[in-house]
Amino acid sequence: MNQTTHNRMELSFLSLSSNEAFARISVAAFISRLNPTLDELTDIKTVISEAVTNSIIHGYDNREDGWIRIVTVIQDDLIEIEIADQGRGIDNLELARQPMYTSKPELERSGMGFTIMENFMDECHVTSVPGEGTTVLLKKRIEQTRAIFN
Amino acid sequence: MSLQATSAEQGDILIVKVTGELDHHTAPIIKDFLETEMTKPHLRHLLLNFEQLEFMDSSGIGMILGRYKQVVQKGGKMGICGLHPAIHRLLEMSGLFKILIVGDDERHALSRLEVMAR
Repeated sequence: MNQTTHNRMELSFLSLSSNEAFARISVAAFISRLNPTLDELTDIKTVISEAVTNSIIHGYDNREDGWIRIVTVIQDDLIEIEIADQGRGIDNLELARQPMYTSKPELERSGMGFTIMENFMDECHVTSVPGEGTTVLLKKRIEQTRAIFN
Repeated sequence: MSLQATSAEQGDILIVKVTGELDHHTAPIIKDFLETEMTKPHLRHLLLNFEQLEFMDSSGIGMILGRYKQVVQKGGKMGICGLHPAIHRLLEMSGLFKILIVGDDERHALSRLEVMAR
């Protein structure tokens, strides 16, 4: 049986750290239709957490009045997630993506956010304009065989 | 509250059991608690029991590393136990297994800590 699935959601919320869990749960709920494994679900929740945390801590310097937008698209077995903020942006993208690099060591940051996103997803694209904001685009294909029986 | 912690002492070892989710929002709670407890002179080593920890991201890594530095300054050792597969994988990526004492459960971790602490 060949079923074409297309679905999309858009979610916006304030840059409050209490919304990190909300973002994780929301995206997980949306993609649950694809019947991901527990590992796949955890991977996605983790990368959402990383990207949203980056927007809060770095994009908005821990201010609570910024907006973060998440767009999630499902196309058959492919999940595309965009996490965007209108914060300060990244001055040096290459430096930011270096494993273990953090611009905020005083906040006990491990600098692992991008490394985790790159490892847990098939693709991780970051675009940023200093002074305007940052967008992270994450893609992951989940195992087709289980998605069919939905 | 999405993060709770209970603690117990065994000699100079502080054993803390963490329940719930450890992320950027909840990390400061456990950080403050551990930081304060570990200033007590009679405590030198720290064991984190993650059996009931359901989620962790890199904020947890940062928090663990911060506590490790504090413990090392006191000449102590730090252990961790009860790791769910996803959390185990994250810790492996971080390189923290090279510096933490790891146990399957609390009993295992404590025995390893006691050996290393001598």
